[in-house]
Amino acid sequence: MFADPKVPSSAGRDATGMCAATVEFRHVSKSYDRRDGPAAVDDLTFTVPAGSVCVLVGPSGCGKTTSLKMVNRLIEPTGGQILVDGTDVAGEEVTALRRRIGYVIQQVGLFPHRTVGENVTTVPRLLGWSREQQRERAEELLGLVGLDPARYRDRYPAQLSGGERQRVGVARALAADPPLMLMDEPFAAVDPIVRERLQNEFLRIQAELAKTILFVTHDIDEAIKMGDLVAVMQAGGHLAQFAPPDEILARPASDFVARFVGADRGLKRLSLSRIGALPLHQAVTAVAGEPVGDARQRSLADPFPFLLLIDRAGRPLGWLPDRDVPADGIVDERLAIPASPLLERETTLKDALSMMIAADVQAGIVVDPAGRVLGLLTMEALGAAGRAGAAGRAGAGAALRRAERRPAAARPPAAAP
Amino acid sequence: MGRDARRGGRLMVLLDALAAWFADPAHWAGPNGIPTRLLEHVALSGISMLIAGAIALPLGLWIGHTGRGATVAINAANLGRAIPSLALIGLAAPITAAFDPQLGFRVYPTLIAMIVLALPPILVNASAGVSEVDRDLVEAARGMGMRERQVLARVEIPIALPVILAGLRSAGVQIVATLTLGAIFGGGGLGNYLVLGIAQNDVGQVFGGVVLVAALALLVEGGFALLGRALTPVPLRAAEGGEHRGRALEGRAAG
Repeated sequence: MFADPKVPSSAGRDATGMCAATVEFRHVSKSYDRRDGPAAVDDLTFTVPAGSVCVLVGPSGCGKTTSLKMVNRLIEPTGGQILVDGTDVAGEEVTALRRRIGYVIQQVGLFPHRTVGENVTTVPRLLGWSREQQRERAEELLGLVGLDPARYRDRYPAQLSGGERQRVGVARALAADPPLMLMDEPFAAVDPIVRERLQNEFLRIQAELAKTILFVTHDIDEAIKMGDLVAVMQAGGHLAQFAPPDEILARPASDFVARFVGADRGLKRLSLSRIGALPLHQAVTAVAGEPVGDARQRSLADPFPFLLLIDRAGRPLGWLPDRDVPADGIVDERLAIPASPLLERETTLKDALSMMIAADVQAGIVVDPAGRVLGLLTMEALGAAGRAGAAGRAGAGAALRRAERRPAAARPPAAAP
Repeated sequence: MGRDARRGGRLMVLLDALAAWFADPAHWAGPNGIPTRLLEHVALSGISMLIAGAIALPLGLWIGHTGRGATVAINAANLGRAIPSLALIGLAAPITAAFDPQLGFRVYPTLIAMIVLALPPILVNASAGVSEVDRDLVEAARGMGMRERQVLARVEIPIALPVILAGLRSAGVQIVATLTLGAIFGGGGLGNYLVLGIAQNDVGQVFGGVVLVAALALLVEGGFALLGRALTPVPLRAAEGGEHRGRALEGRAAG
């Protein structure tokens, strides 16, 4: 059902081998008490398409970790089936199954008596790869997760920081190029700054590898950030909602989901969208130091009560209230209110809103990479975007996010946290 | 003053007797010579250790790995600990004698008693060492597709090794020291010097035996300590400050 992991594809084996598996839960249940006790997982049914990240999120005790462990059969379900690429995992030889599924846990679980290199090649060694293949793979993966192989390969886990250990944990899970990865709160044990970095790098790596990933977290913000699909679970192991993040935020399926995602779900939604192709208000501009011409008339005719001063290259200099625009003569830059905030197409709507609230003039000046004015983002436009689904509906949102990950992939691996 | 002098004088007499006993070439040859008795002692200790290890190590590892039967095994082991060794040899004598009157004396009762004596520390340390390995680590090993045997051999045993070796060391030292009692039942070994020396009122012989037993016990202790150091994976020597030294020297990347 999977590509044979025993045969690493020749010398040029790179980390970008695209292989991913579909995962399907069919009425999966797990109960620990046979006599109608509360189920740990209750009739779970959903499908994760190959190559996407599905985040299982919910309060503690909602059965999300149990669900994850049933995929690699660390826990056996009491009912239903889990299919990986169409094959029921229950029918697989359990060790062979696990060797084809990457596994990352919260406590990382690196072997303290093994070096970083040995830890990374745990599964390849179980699969009987040659020493040379193992060595090559370790180097490649350490590079992928941003750890210099020459520096880190022979260290022991005790000599690493928390963030470095998590990176090694991810590298280890990727070692045999599994089509499916299970990640159980992989970033929960590190501080928020390192977590943010690991999340971003994870998205960069995922954009490159496109694995199927089941990811467990109790943090709704992490779920929204990381997931192509989010499965919100609630106590008793019920699936409360299964949808792309934007839809979870825009249309929570129940009160529970609405409460769980929080009262600020509107803001969270804005964080999913970028200014991108939103319609911009055409700014009325005048070039500083040049004759003002009919700028006053144009500015008064425009509903937006400010004129934007720009330099000769088209870069914004400052705002001038309509009534202060001289009828003739030269426009004096010194009268202007400083031009802020400056936004780019890539700025998230949440960041845009945050900056606009703090500014003197509540409109965002959207500029191109050279700093030239493209147009204005007004509060009204932002509000409309928030209500309508911003840069498109759910599907488009996910596609947009994936597109955003791509440019990040081109960055050189950042230094270790 | 006079009392101190008398005490000092007695000590000198003792040391003289000890030196004379070791210096006598007659004590270095024959069936009751030091080399023979030393060899007997070492051989009997070794055989007891091997048999006790063959029983207690696999059992302890299995108990530690599965978590099954831990209470029963540890209680049984502690019971064995509670019975005085001399009584144990006495108990074993009629049993071996029942099979063959010749066996009742000579080494067999001693051997049985030494094995029983060595089981508890080996068993308890092996099972505790393995069961104390971080369960998350064990689950990670399983989750990556290790078979149970591989989990034990590649993860649990290497990490538990210092604890397992401590059990073997404690068993070894106890055997070497307690084996001395076997001489009362004709078991051979260095204990013969004590039994004979007391019977013959030969102070030099008694203390010669004591010194030899003590030296052997220290040697076993030291030997296991060295073995433990050699076999313990480098990063797990943290108890000796290895981890902190490592950190200080390596200089970690920021963050």
